[in-house]
Amino acid sequence: MSIVIVGAGQAGLQIAESLRRGAYEGRLVLIGDESFPPYQRPPLSKKYLADQMADERLYFRPLEQLEKQQIEFRPQTRVTALDREAREVVLATGERLPYEGLALTTGTRVRPLPVPGADHPAVCYLRGLDDARRLRERLPAAARVLVVGGGFIGLEVAATARAAGKQVTVIEALDRLMARAVAPVVSDHFASLHRARGVEFRFGVGLASIAAQADGSFTASLADGSSIEADLLVAGIGVLPNQELAAAAGLECRSGIVVDEYARTSDPRIVAAGDCTWHINRRFATAHRLESVQNAVDQGKIAAASLLGQSVPYQDLPWFWSDQYDVKLQMVGLSQDHDAALVRGEPASGAFSVFYFKTGALVGVDSINRPAEHMLARKLMQTGAVVPPKAAADPAFDLKTCLPPA
Amino acid sequence: MPKITYIDVDGKAFETSVASGLSLMEGAINAGVPGVLAICGGSCACSTCHAYIDDAWTTVVGGPNDIEDATLDLANERKPSSRLTCQVQITDAMDGLIVHVAKND
Repeated sequence: MSIVIVGAGQAGLQIAESLRRGAYEGRLVLIGDESFPPYQRPPLSKKYLADQMADERLYFRPLEQLEKQQIEFRPQTRVTALDREAREVVLATGERLPYEGLALTTGTRVRPLPVPGADHPAVCYLRGLDDARRLRERLPAAARVLVVGGGFIGLEVAATARAAGKQVTVIEALDRLMARAVAPVVSDHFASLHRARGVEFRFGVGLASIAAQADGSFTASLADGSSIEADLLVAGIGVLPNQELAAAAGLECRSGIVVDEYARTSDPRIVAAGDCTWHINRRFATAHRLESVQNAVDQGKIAAASLLGQSVPYQDLPWFWSDQYDVKLQMVGLSQDHDAALVRGEPASGAFSVFYFKTGALVGVDSINRPAEHMLARKLMQTGAVVPPKAAADPAFDLKTCLPPA
Repeated sequence: MPKITYIDVDGKAFETSVASGLSLMEGAINAGVPGVLAICGGSCACSTCHAYIDDAWTTVVGGPNDIEDATLDLANERKPSSRLTCQVQITDAMDGLIVHVAKND
């Protein structure tokens, strides 16, 4: 028996360890294309960038822990094809690894800046540890930082750069921050927070081109004809799912590798999990792709169960977080198609939550510096508690009373 | 380096030395202590590195801050001695510390 996992990120590692915990004793190969053992990505835009944190502190496990679990870890290994007929994974070296079960945890890659001059050496991205190392090396020498994209990555980098005393400008093509994820009241709160720390924003305008200057800096021309001079550019304009291997092997793909609620692809021997999947979660009516630690871990467990011949449906509650300066934004549920957003608490106080409803049902909660309320929101949503919108907006109402009796 | 003893849910002891400045969670991960999952990587966001500080050591280690306190509410079987190990920074004063890993899943 042999199981091969392609992709050594959080989802890949989760599947490997869940298989061993599930008493799988056959051969287990974990393939990664980077040179590092599986590592945590969330600190890359925060602590890793801000402090001189050693790479090893990002690793989920020391290598010997993988060996101990008899996980055959193959770093710096590129997979070129999946031969479904022969049930073999084909490596760039020509080596072929046979499998009875295969897991795809290939993650995503950054969306490159689609403008002339984007190959300028001052242009950085932030996805992997190599990206973070490069950015961390270049940051000290840069006085002016231009961030393209007012999403989580862009804003976390902006906060870190500003805290390091850099002059920071953020350009965002939409008219507000984190627009895909949060309500306008949250966007506005974070815009004020960043402005108060000295970050400048340009909303509703895109980047048009980048022109090199003789001193190594550059001039960024914007779509409205204005320009910004800076020494370092960090682009955080989204990611693309790594689904080419799956697609070339004839597996169904949309904006991600299509999997059912058991993390199974259109080939029953092949599962997929994490950022790369276009998946079904029983909690939601439609399929989607989610880039998060929660999804990597929880869907990874589901995928491992499927490889072990069990059928455990995916129905875990999505949650996310973002740290900017000393402010913690914690999100639970998916609020994108809400029809009502009610604020609990006073945004001006710096701590509040937004409760999102769809046809009267609670679909998500964003909490800003209100960790207890975030945790309560997770319990409320986990238990399917009925929360009247009026109660959510009334700070005097104790929401714990909405929880079903223990 | 302070010597730390982790005791897993099955009662098995893992004795290890952890450099001051690292977290109690990192010490457990490096020693391969089962049950310290830390799926959020130490961001105080998930509660899967939950452990109980041995009664003799609760004063030295201290209690949680507000964020950790709230996050602990998500943990299984919370007790007065509960801590999220990612939030405990090892100091020289913790030499000899005993920690009981909680049931994390």
